[in-house]
Amino acid sequence: MPNTSAGRKHAAGSGNVGGGGGGGDQSDGGSGQKSQQRSKVARVPDDIDKKGQIKRLKDVEISIPIVYGTMSFWLGKKATEYNSHRWTVYIRGATNEDLSSVVKRAVFQLHPSFDNPTRIVESAPFEVSESGWGEFEIAITLFFHSDVCDRQLELYHQLKLYPEEESGAQSTKKPVVVETYDEIVFSDPSEAFVARIQNHPIAIVPRLPTGLTLPPGPIENSSEKKRGDTKDHPFSQWFMNFSEADELLKLAAARQQVQAHIVKLRRQLSMIDGPPQQVKAPSGQ
Amino acid sequence: MDAKDILGLPKNSISSAPQEKRPRPPKESQRKPDGVSREVYALTGGMAPPLMPAIDVSLLKRKQQQAEEKVTWQWLPFTSSARADNLQLYHWVRVVNGVPPSGDYSFAKFNKSVDILKYTDEEYEKFLTDPTWTKEETDQLFDLCERFDLRFIVIADRFPHMRSVEELKTRYYAVSRALLISRARSPGDVSGHPLVKEPYIAAIEVERKRALGSLLSQTKQLEHRDAEIIAEAKRIAESWLNNKVNALAESGTPGVLPAPGAAATAPIGAADGASTPSSLRMLGVYLRTNVLDQMVQAANSSAGLRTIKRVDQTLQDLGVNIKPKVPTKSVCAEHLELRKEILTLLGLQKQLQYKESEVSGNRDSHAEIPSTPKRSHRADQDKAFVPESAGFGGERPGKRDNRRKVAGRFAEAPPSPPQSKRPRKLKISDG
Repeated sequence: MPNTSAGRKHAAGSGNVGGGGGGGDQSDGGSGQKSQQRSKVARVPDDIDKKGQIKRLKDVEISIPIVYGTMSFWLGKKATEYNSHRWTVYIRGATNEDLSSVVKRAVFQLHPSFDNPTRIVESAPFEVSESGWGEFEIAITLFFHSDVCDRQLELYHQLKLYPEEESGAQSTKKPVVVETYDEIVFSDPSEAFVARIQNHPIAIVPRLPTGLTLPPGPIENSSEKKRGDTKDHPFSQWFMNFSEADELLKLAAARQQVQAHIVKLRRQLSMIDGPPQQVKAPSGQ
Repeated sequence: MDAKDILGLPKNSISSAPQEKRPRPPKESQRKPDGVSREVYALTGGMAPPLMPAIDVSLLKRKQQQAEEKVTWQWLPFTSSARADNLQLYHWVRVVNGVPPSGDYSFAKFNKSVDILKYTDEEYEKFLTDPTWTKEETDQLFDLCERFDLRFIVIADRFPHMRSVEELKTRYYAVSRALLISRARSPGDVSGHPLVKEPYIAAIEVERKRALGSLLSQTKQLEHRDAEIIAEAKRIAESWLNNKVNALAESGTPGVLPAPGAAATAPIGAADGASTPSSLRMLGVYLRTNVLDQMVQAANSSAGLRTIKRVDQTLQDLGVNIKPKVPTKSVCAEHLELRKEILTLLGLQKQLQYKESEVSGNRDSHAEIPSTPKRSHRADQDKAFVPESAGFGGERPGKRDNRRKVAGRFAEAPPSPPQSKRPRKLKISDG
């Protein structure tokens, strides 16, 4: 119970700035530090001047499966009252592909008791690591490249530091991981975006109408792009698995059960209607 | 408090701050009553104790002192002020220390009589004349009213002239009302008096009696036909709702089951682009779960809050997440289909329920229809589908509801239903 109250200060060393707060930005390295200075910079993508020429593909949907969440490690013996966990909030491709060809920037809004609670991450991997003792909701705002979408997207995630009762006591070995699967959907995407993303592993692109010619996609500099993915991420062993097949199987089984029951109910209804020497009742179906 | 000690909680733990904040009883301002143990008193929270001591403690003590007294029972004569004839009767009385109880007979106070206003001749001439009533008749009426304590049925029976109960009441209340008003110093003095505030209106009374009479004289056939009509109306409303749900289902996403793992080769966007609410598509970017939420809301829009809850409960009973864990496009489509099917299922179930209640109603009047096959129905319906017992557990109460509504029509009826109704009622609630 003490870990879920929202109103209290969560940051390590919020009282003594020099201490825990200083150690806050180790793993998001330079990008986090750099961006903190310009946290008030315009939120709209800079190059929208080409907007007039953008050709859009009507009724086409591009989806980008993503996973976002937090992973928290208990500090064990090193834990102090206000600095008990080291945690990371992140957004990754569902198959750990690099998201940076779509996402331009991610802004993580931490609890106001942290130093510089608005953390801007300009390149993949999109993550922020911090340490503290309290759980709170983190808002993640995603900004996309100008050919993708002008609008931003908000995600919300509840930071979880303490394991559920049934999963046993806290351990420094096993982190508490909470991840959410979702898909970012772009409707009526621009041709340029579709061309660029068409064969990219992060995107689900529908079969496009035949006869459509897209501008040639840019040649990817694969060696440079590699660094943004999370395949070799130190946390990757803890990432959760999201199996669509399992979910579909479960749903199919449930539907079968319900459908069978519907059939049975219809039969019962017709049996009641069947031998009538009573009122003729119009069946609703 | 003691509970905290037992749980080993610190007296002032921060985590239980909200509970702690409850205003504590002002210190000793309300003294713990004698004879109540500290623990029991603590349970009351120091508020005004919900349990009143039935007997005053001080009284108990006094009684103990009197225990020394000699109590005898004696056969003694008594008179009652309730009687005008000074009749002397005998009864057994408790006599303490040889002193018989004095005063009036203790039951005399129950001899209540109605205060009937008396008018003078002068008053009658001034305020109370009525072309349909003579003074003689009015005098007779008031005599009878006093004699029979306003029991108008009896009064009407004894009244020498042919007057209906309503006529008698009208005259009595009109005279009393006029007297009250004429004797009052100002109209405001009596404006709150029930006789003045709520005048007797014979027409309403006649109508009320007619309605009651027709209800009481209703035959079983008539009553049955009413119940039938109500069931029918319900069913029509139900099927109308179902059609709406089905229409919604058809306009929604086509229920094709893509091969598992089909995400990489999603169907052509144009085909099911229509499934996405246009409000979201206008945004250009959104989350798959946003789409699902909106679609679920749309599908639920025709259902009531209780039905929506039951859908969720059914999903849980089926072992399906209320919100999909992996909301891909096909998972969302399937999830939505499942929800719609559950809605259809619940609708059918309700329909069946109405039909059954109707049939069981019929069974009543047509005794030749055996009840056994119907019972077996019920049983296998209860067992076949696991979620039913939990998710649709409301079925039986629902049935009673139904019944109650029927009864609700006769709200004006006296609290105890006419005898003829009773056997039927029992049958329905257990059938």
